[in-house]
Amino acid sequence: MELSIKKVLIILLLTLVCLGCAKKQKDTNTVTLWHWMTDREEVLQELAKRYEEQTGIKIKIDLYAPSDSYTRKVIASAQAKVLPDIFGILDKKEVFAAFIKNGFVSELTSEFAKNNSEWEKSLFPKALDINRFEEDNVYGVKPGIYGVPLDITNIQMLYNKKLLKKAGFDRPPKTFDEFLVMIGALKRIGITGFVSGWGELWLADCFASNYAFNIMGEEKIMATYRGEVPYTDPDWIKVFEVFETLKNKGALIDGIVTKVNKFAEQDFALERAAFAFNGSWCVNVYQKMNPDLDYAPMIPPPISLDFPMKIWGAAGSSFVVNNSTPNKNKAIAFLKWLTAEEQQTFLSGETKNLPANRKALLSIPKVLSDFAKVSDQTTHPTIWKYNEAVLVTDKFDKGIQSIIIGDKTPRQVAQEVQDLKQKVIEKENRRKKIQ
Amino acid sequence: MKTNKYRMLQLLGSVIIHAFLMVAAITCLFPLFWMFRSSLMSLDTIFTDKSIIPAVINFNNYVTAWIEGGFGIYLWNSILYTVVVVTGIVIISSLAAFAFSRLEFPGKNFFFIMFLAAMMIPLPGGFVPLYVLMTKLGLANTRIGYILCMINVGLSMSIILLKTFFDKMPTDLEDAARIDGCSKLRIWWHVGLPLTKPAIVVIIIFNSLNVWNEYILAQLLLNENSLMPLQTGLMKFQGSHSVDYPVLMAGLTIAAVPIIFVFLAMQKHSLKGIITGATVG
Amino acid sequence: MSNALVKQKSSLFHDNLTSFLFIVPAVMIFSVFYIYPFCDIFKLSLHEWNGIDLQKQFVGFDNFFELINDNDWWGSLWHAGFITLVALTFQNLLAFALAFACDRELKMKNFYRVVFFIPPVLSEVVVGLIWTWILYSGTQSAEHIGLLNYFLDKIHLQHLINNWLSNPKTALPCIAIVHSWKGFGWGFIMFLAGLQTIDRQLYEAAKVDGAGYWGMLTNVTLPMMTPVICVVVILTILGSMQAFVLIISMMGNGLADYTSVPVTQILDAMVGSKRFGYACAQGVSFGLILIMISFSVKIVSDKLKKI
Repeated sequence: MELSIKKVLIILLLTLVCLGCAKKQKDTNTVTLWHWMTDREEVLQELAKRYEEQTGIKIKIDLYAPSDSYTRKVIASAQAKVLPDIFGILDKKEVFAAFIKNGFVSELTSEFAKNNSEWEKSLFPKALDINRFEEDNVYGVKPGIYGVPLDITNIQMLYNKKLLKKAGFDRPPKTFDEFLVMIGALKRIGITGFVSGWGELWLADCFASNYAFNIMGEEKIMATYRGEVPYTDPDWIKVFEVFETLKNKGALIDGIVTKVNKFAEQDFALERAAFAFNGSWCVNVYQKMNPDLDYAPMIPPPISLDFPMKIWGAAGSSFVVNNSTPNKNKAIAFLKWLTAEEQQTFLSGETKNLPANRKALLSIPKVLSDFAKVSDQTTHPTIWKYNEAVLVTDKFDKGIQSIIIGDKTPRQVAQEVQDLKQKVIEKENRRKKIQ
Repeated sequence: MKTNKYRMLQLLGSVIIHAFLMVAAITCLFPLFWMFRSSLMSLDTIFTDKSIIPAVINFNNYVTAWIEGGFGIYLWNSILYTVVVVTGIVIISSLAAFAFSRLEFPGKNFFFIMFLAAMMIPLPGGFVPLYVLMTKLGLANTRIGYILCMINVGLSMSIILLKTFFDKMPTDLEDAARIDGCSKLRIWWHVGLPLTKPAIVVIIIFNSLNVWNEYILAQLLLNENSLMPLQTGLMKFQGSHSVDYPVLMAGLTIAAVPIIFVFLAMQKHSLKGIITGATVG
Repeated sequence: MSNALVKQKSSLFHDNLTSFLFIVPAVMIFSVFYIYPFCDIFKLSLHEWNGIDLQKQFVGFDNFFELINDNDWWGSLWHAGFITLVALTFQNLLAFALAFACDRELKMKNFYRVVFFIPPVLSEVVVGLIWTWILYSGTQSAEHIGLLNYFLDKIHLQHLINNWLSNPKTALPCIAIVHSWKGFGWGFIMFLAGLQTIDRQLYEAAKVDGAGYWGMLTNVTLPMMTPVICVVVILTILGSMQAFVLIISMMGNGLADYTSVPVTQILDAMVGSKRFGYACAQGVSFGLILIMISFSVKIVSDKLKKI
């Protein structure tokens, strides 16, 4: 038989078709869950195994890291309509709202309200608020609860007791000025003052936000986001000056603007700096790296007495349920089980994170409980009435980096941010006119 | 006298050249060596002990990395993908290159320019339409889907390289075969492929590297752990072991070694292929 | 029409068909995996879309207009251009010099060929991680952790110690150098191959004409190598302008204003700001720029060949 290209191609095509026709059965006895938390993979797999033993329902847990890849995957899957049963949305509330409005996320309010709000009452209200949309929210989402919190974290400053003692201090600073004094003393004996993963913009943003609350209070910040107060306002300049001061006093560790959080955690754990700014998940990391580390959390030392210092908290990780899956009830059942006291205690013990379940709080390791003490001083962008546009926040955070490396002054950055804010507002107005 | 001076200069020149090459070689090997040496240390000494050969050597990290990273299945997947994709590219691109170079048909130039342009226009961020399309075709989360996608990635460059190689091929053998009444396919198989072997080796090396080091597409298109290649496993491994440096280094070494072996095996043949491919211009 | 003519026509058609079939697999795969997403990207660049909504908003060429005024975009193009420049000069000159040095009956030639190609073989993630450690700035109990700073300290060049990757002045150059380190192996191999095809007799003839080393270089080597140089230049440009994995691996998100490149900008716009339409506009314009650059290089090299 003469070997001709035609025949070869036909054979190729047939093989392709056969291969492609791989049977695709959706296993209705399996619930699929996608997450991004590399440090919790083992624990989640263990919990999935336990759940299967108890109920016979298989939970397929998949990890996608780093979180950028995870977000890409979720977005692509949403468009292709192949989202898993349970997944997470690692983004601002605006994005969360978009997912809900386009029908990708189930509303869980009725589930939480069942049995006299049994499920709702078992969890910390602040943790639920992250997943809740209030009446008259600016996103146009029907009010209700749309996600399930897995745990709680808050972001505070930490101090190394041993290093502080070396410099002659036996308690953490209570004001910003005291803090600077301690930094000076530490410097004189060759100890770096402060480390944080400010290579990740959101963490620098968090620090700035904390001090913004302390300097001008929530109302003024919300007004700024609405466009009524400019970023060139003296109070905002004061916020930028916090970073300038830290830089001028030599408080910041070398290379802080390109340091990703995991390297910053390493630095504090290996006692290369006396103070750190990190979230409560650090307890796990520090313990792995240096079990003898003698440290404790503290809220950032306030610079002003006008308004209280606030820290970001109650934000942990949350999961949402795919609205179009036939496994909705099974997914919700699993999430209920995950947030029950026994599992929460296990999770908390293994991952050293604060539990979302109130009862589980009684059995957390000691060093974590220090983190939990400050829950009434916590706030979080997702529960604010207004949020800043992503472009402006980006410019703001990069501006902080510029101040730290001495490239720009606070006034310059404030002006640049305000200029961008004007443009964004104008664009919004143009769009509103069209609609 | 003159000869001696000449000889001295020659010797000096030779020494300088050798020194130059050696320094370059050391800078190439040093990071790799450092990675390997770090993987043999433990967490408490890894930052402080700066010696070239560590005092205490332990291979435990490799065992830990292998088990915790689940590298077994990932390695198998990577090998599978690399072999299949490269084979696919070699066949498909050589068929097309042969046609572009030696055969006549309408639209030939049009299609060739299309492939040429594809090499120049990147597609970062084409991932959403790609994923939606793959899902519609039922190819998402399948081995064959990922393989086809990766074949496409290396296609343009391979076709262009091979075409120029075919262009330089002497036609006498081919004419002889045609007179003998061989079908075009036969000519391609018996005459074209053997003559372009060096270029094919280049394509094998280039595309093996691309497939082996790829992780972005794999993470996007595949959902099952059992289908993932090595680099995706490495990304997860990096995240969970970001503080455990020695084990991380061990994992990196495991990921880097196989491809180095492939290259070593192929490098003998590669030089000739690059010669002709390069003199195209 | 006579029978013979008809037969000829049909066999010509048959001939064309079988020839065409040779490129069918390539074209099929290409259309599915490249053409289709490409058309979609083009369409998307004319819309405003956050990646989640089921409906997109048509905005015409607004995204492109915005792009023209976007300083960050032009900055990223400049950064990529800088990396490419360093690659074209430092990387390729180095590769050429090394190839030239190797282009004689050298005993260790094979050894060098292998060793110099090891950096390209490593994945960018691995390369980024290792070099980040080498360039790490910071101390532990007064001792430097990063190898470069440690080394500088030990040989008493302390004034050169720097925050390599955190100093805006040194961050991009460091990335460019690491990129060149990874890439010169390709250039080396291509140049070496090209050098070895030059007929030795040409060198002999030049020597007879009284040419010294420099004369041989300019009159024999360079002209004969022009096609190779052209190919290497184009490939270097295409590869360096599109580099991004290395940057993400070494910098995370830090100092984005000083080290961003077009691809990271596009990915940021997609995954970060969720502006897919804008990101596609960036992608399309980037592609156009690359095409223009490649064609210019080709034209220049063709002109040079005629000389």
